[in-house]
Amino acid sequence: MAFSAFATGTAQEQAPRRKSKIALLLLLPGILYLALFFLVPLVSLVITSFQAPVLNGDIGEFQTSFKWENYVDVVNTYGEHILRSFGYAILATIFALLFSYPLAYFIGVKARRWPVLQNLMLVLVIAPFFISFLLRTLAWKSILSDESFVITGLKALSLMAPDAHFTGTAAAVVFGLTYNFIPFMTLPLYSSLERLDTRLLEAGSDLYSTPAKTFLKVTIPLSMTGIVSGVLLTFIPAAGDYINASRDFLGGTGTAMIGNVIESNFLVTLNYPVAAALSIILMAVILVMVTVYVKRSGTEDLL
Amino acid sequence: MTLQEGRVISEAVTSPAPPSRRGARLGFGNWLLPIYAIIAFVFLLIPIGYTFVFSFNDSIKSNIVWRGFTFDKWLNVCDQIDVCVAFGNSLIIGVTATVIATVLGTMIAIALVRYRFRFRSAISLLLFLPMATPEVVLGAGLAAEFLGAGVQKGLGTIIIAHVMFCVSFVVVTVKARVSTLDPALEEAGRDLYGSPNQVFWRITFPLLLPGIIAAALLSFALSFDDFIITNFNAGTTSTFPKYIYISAARGIPAEANVIASAVFFIAIILVLVAQISSARKRKQLAHVG
Repeated sequence: MAFSAFATGTAQEQAPRRKSKIALLLLLPGILYLALFFLVPLVSLVITSFQAPVLNGDIGEFQTSFKWENYVDVVNTYGEHILRSFGYAILATIFALLFSYPLAYFIGVKARRWPVLQNLMLVLVIAPFFISFLLRTLAWKSILSDESFVITGLKALSLMAPDAHFTGTAAAVVFGLTYNFIPFMTLPLYSSLERLDTRLLEAGSDLYSTPAKTFLKVTIPLSMTGIVSGVLLTFIPAAGDYINASRDFLGGTGTAMIGNVIESNFLVTLNYPVAAALSIILMAVILVMVTVYVKRSGTEDLL
Repeated sequence: MTLQEGRVISEAVTSPAPPSRRGARLGFGNWLLPIYAIIAFVFLLIPIGYTFVFSFNDSIKSNIVWRGFTFDKWLNVCDQIDVCVAFGNSLIIGVTATVIATVLGTMIAIALVRYRFRFRSAISLLLFLPMATPEVVLGAGLAAEFLGAGVQKGLGTIIIAHVMFCVSFVVVTVKARVSTLDPALEEAGRDLYGSPNQVFWRITFPLLLPGIIAAALLSFALSFDDFIITNFNAGTTSTFPKYIYISAARGIPAEANVIASAVFFIAIILVLVAQISSARKRKQLAHVG
């Protein structure tokens, strides 16, 4: 799995002790590139986050200083957006897990006898990847707009209040995040359920366990690597996303997430220190949550 | 395809094959699960169907209300010149970034599997981190660097950004292929007095090619649909996703749906062809064995 691909030590043991000059030549260009355009940017983000904007200066101008109060200000001003981001992302992750588990179980376990069908279903799961992320979100916006037959139908059936809206609400943003990140959940779940030994389930029922108990005690623990992978792959991008929550897409006035704030501070109001401080907070919180979650779930070799 | 989508695809590509294919007889809901799967797939495909259907809409400016069927938008895509310019930029960026990222990533993948060197875990971490960093942080960080260095944003900065996030995915994908490669084949080449150059280009490279092609396609897909990182580093340059984002407020022309649908079908055909050819190879191998 991508999250563990770099952690395996086997390659090192197999790797013969050969001319390290060649290794250096092979590694250097790519590693220098990443240092220059990944590491340096992270450092410059940290530096920018401590700068002070110049009062009455040019737009976007800031002066060199060490203003750690930026972080206090940012948390005071945008605490609500930070909490909202993680709230939405947690909800979307839970819904995606509930949606994906039965689907991945069907593809990975029930459909084993028909490999062609299995492959076809996998293509269908990743199909949404191949149509523009923005267009498929806009498609949902039209399908669920106030004039759409879905919403008018729900209102006619009195399942929705006549003056209620769906687009522009928190529910719509969570819906969009869930939809867009479902394949991230389904594929890792599939790849761990695919390897599930069904004889263990038979053993469970032979020992007079109910199907529900077998599921809880055997299937879920055996698919834990898939669950952990899927949760991380869904949660990280969902917490940083700002397309779904944008007002032109599924969001409204009260749904702005941390990504929206970073974007508008960086590209609209040109308040770089605030945008940088928010980015660092987002990255730090995600790294902490990921580490804690991975340790709790007992698959430490994931990172 | 966005950056996170690549994480999942590369994960699916690099995960090892399952041990057994025994049919499952147990569990509840032998009819419930198939029905659920059908409903789930319909749900997943709804926005794709919508986008495709509305590419035939005889719309005037915004493409929200159905006004009648026409092939016109498919035949005259470039009537909306902005869409075509944005699409062209996305192609240029995608191809350039893919070539650079594939070369850099393949070199790293070979070094990681084949050689011993110091700072190995630090390098692995450096390759892993870009995949675990939210796109908004990657984009803002690079933009802060360009700002500090006084670099003018444009096509060049977008390509720099795209290469940066594609490299790690190329490494994961190619590395999986390198580690399945039998070193005995290269040894045989050396035993037969092949020069290191000959051994690499006649033996190693052809054997790695499927992995390299998969990595290149993944890079292109990532680059083509990237919006968040691009938005921070594009300046005034337009790309296809950026065009959609900007026009979202006043309505997307049907021509954008045409391009998105065409790209979708090309991608699906490529995936299906790859699946069929690998299934055929497996059958041939089964016959030999």
